[in-house]
Amino acid sequence: MQPSLLIIVLLALVAMAYHLGRHRSIATVGGIRSVPRLHSLPCYYGAYTAIWCGIPAFLVLGLWLAFEPNIITILVVADLPEELRQLAPERLNLVVNDIKNLAGGNIVTGVASPGVQAAADHFISLENTSAAALSLVVLALGILGMGAAWSRISPGLRARNAVERTVKVLLIVSSTIAVFTTLGIVLSVLFEAIRFFKIIPITDFLFGLDWSPQMSIRADQVGSSGAFGAVPLFAGTLLISLIAMLVAVPIGLMSAIYLSEYANRHFRALAKPLLEILAGIPTVVYGFFAALTVAPFFRGIGESMGLTVSSESALAAGVVMGIMIIPFVSSLSDDVINAVPQSMRDGSYALGATKSETVRRVIIPAALPGIVGGVLLAVSRAIGETMIVVMAAGLSAKLTANPLEAVTTVTVQIVTLLVGDQEFDSPKTLAAFALGLMLFIVTLILNIVALHVVRKYREQYE
Amino acid sequence: MIAVFETRSPIMDNSIAMNESDFPRNTGISSDALGERKISGTVGEIQVQDPRMTCRNVDVFYGNKHAIIDVSLDIGKNEVIAMIGPSGCGKSTFLRCLNRMNDTIEGCRVSGQIQLEDQDIYDPRLDVVPLRVQVGMVFQKPNPFPKSIYENVAYGPRIHGLAGNKTDLDEIVETSLRKAGLWEEVKDRLDQPGTGLSGGQQQRLCIARTIAVSPEVILMDEPCSALDPIATAKVEELIDELREHYTIAIVTHSMQQAARVSQRTAYFHLGNLVEVGETTQIFTNPRHRLTEDYITGRFG
Ligand SMILES: Nc1ncnc2c1ncn2[C@@H]1O[C@H](COP(=O)(O)OP(=O)(O)OP(=O)(O)O)[C@@H](O)[C@H]1O
Ligand SMILES: [Mg+2]
Repeated sequence: MQPSLLIIVLLALVAMAYHLGRHRSIATVGGIRSVPRLHSLPCYYGAYTAIWCGIPAFLVLGLWLAFEPNIITILVVADLPEELRQLAPERLNLVVNDIKNLAGGNIVTGVASPGVQAAADHFISLENTSAAALSLVVLALGILGMGAAWSRISPGLRARNAVERTVKVLLIVSSTIAVFTTLGIVLSVLFEAIRFFKIIPITDFLFGLDWSPQMSIRADQVGSSGAFGAVPLFAGTLLISLIAMLVAVPIGLMSAIYLSEYANRHFRALAKPLLEILAGIPTVVYGFFAALTVAPFFRGIGESMGLTVSSESALAAGVVMGIMIIPFVSSLSDDVINAVPQSMRDGSYALGATKSETVRRVIIPAALPGIVGGVLLAVSRAIGETMIVVMAAGLSAKLTANPLEAVTTVTVQIVTLLVGDQEFDSPKTLAAFALGLMLFIVTLILNIVALHVVRKYREQYE
Repeated sequence: MIAVFETRSPIMDNSIAMNESDFPRNTGISSDALGERKISGTVGEIQVQDPRMTCRNVDVFYGNKHAIIDVSLDIGKNEVIAMIGPSGCGKSTFLRCLNRMNDTIEGCRVSGQIQLEDQDIYDPRLDVVPLRVQVGMVFQKPNPFPKSIYENVAYGPRIHGLAGNKTDLDEIVETSLRKAGLWEEVKDRLDQPGTGLSGGQQQRLCIARTIAVSPEVILMDEPCSALDPIATAKVEELIDELREHYTIAIVTHSMQQAARVSQRTAYFHLGNLVEVGETTQIFTNPRHRLTEDYITGRFG
């Protein structure tokens, strides 16, 4: 049986287990009228049976499918003729690939030698055996589990508690997966970055003012030996994010205030979704909007005022990025402003405060933690944004505070470092990990600061 | 002698003599020609010698819902008038008309005439800011701002520029807190959040906040419903003292409270003002059947 078919059969089995369990629980007390005599509701007995039927079977299925290819390969290699087994690891790999391709009916490099052909046959037969065994084992487990649970059903069985416990374990497993994934990513980035810092001193990276990551691949190549000073990149990121926030925070906050405090219901019903569409536009679209419309526009204005504006400028990228994150700021602020209790507004109005006084002196202070949270989320969005910057701000790592010049950002450099053919142990490639690590740390610090700000404010106001 | 202002309904005059079987007709939705005016018209003297506010033929609608039906009532100077009645009868709605807090509710429409002294408060040219300074409001649930105690009281004077400098402001804050009977309890912690006070203290803080802008009228919507008996007693004592300087309209569900603090009492029923009169008279000798049923606990 194929795995997909097996899964469907297993699901059907689980559904059946649910019904059987339910029915049996009702039957043990003698009919639907005596259900109150059961410890739990019948559906819990159903779920109990289904869990015993499904979970062990699916666990085995998952593990089997995860380890099957490796085990089969090891078995096949062990059975190869002597001369093939003696090959160097890389060559052996090629041979194994050939065997797999042959077994899968794909095109093979050259003509298959009899040894390889035999191995492929072996491979196929092993696969078939494994599939059959898998079906057998999994279905047997499912039926066994179902049977065991089914036979244990009695009015006194605490099915609800068992089901609740299982649900809890499932939830714990899910959250652990999330935590460990994050941890895994951080650690892998950290180790690669440490490899990078072994080649390039960390001080050069942190304080160097020059970024030109071109490295000679061969020893006899002339040209750059690579300079990995990250300051221009962080300066560029900072500059663009700053411009973006200057656009997004006032506009987002004020539109949120307008929508929640001033606009009537009809306008709000229309404008809010429209504003949120902004968040749904793919960043590539923003990117070419920035590069093809906004940048030339700024350039035209700049030239008419006698300024030199490069065709790719931090200003264009920042402004467009700001527009992109307006909905983040406005949506989140709108939510927290709406969460301020009406009694606060009433109290203020009843003292003769006007709308704007109420907004300024009561609503904004009361909503500030949420607003700060929204803004910081927007900042991390801006720092992480890549596409707009690639298209509109350029790639040149210039250390400048002039928004009319082309700059580049950390994320853009990570992309360019990893595009194209690369060795995965040259400093150029490893630099991406170092940049990623820095980015991660900066965002982390930002979040910690935000939490702190919010907590401090809370102490003051609540 | 019963003085009646504006006789609108034929059933009104004989309402005192109504017998038990008339009762359902009086409260139910009518099917006869009188329509919703069935229990309109008010028993008792709606006018006073020296009115601070006069309301005439006030109707309030929430969308299509007719929440206040043709209510006319005077509120005298330096009196406490209690408004009682079953839940949903429109007491809060009527109270909110008096300082135009209904403006903040979408779909709420007010018609009729309400005057503060000689000023029509629904005049389109009137600015609600000074009106709400003159007619302050205290709400059912204490709602101090999430600011310090000092800032809570200073809020009104600040936005209206009532204090020229810090000393003036300090003084306003202190006198308001003293009038509200809260000064002794909070004078050492003015910089702590107002939300950290007990419920009763919070409510007195809200009263202090209201009197800090020197209103003429204070509207109170069930100011003690969230308080324990001791805090309630303090607030009631305070209301009695405030009567000297202010006019107070108070909505309450507690008859004892109405009897304790008010001079006049108005009984509302399904949006109608059924009866109004001296508090002692209302509680000892109600004239309208509905009033009697309500205060003797046979209703609502
Ligand atoms: N914002 C509103 N929108 C629509 N209808 C409302 C609104 N506020 C009040 N009403 C209706 O108007 C009527 C009077 O309400 P109001 O709040 O004035 O009653 P109340 O006498 O204060 O009652 P309670 O003693 O329970 O506070 C009720 O029927 C209520 O359902
Ligand atoms: Mg009310």
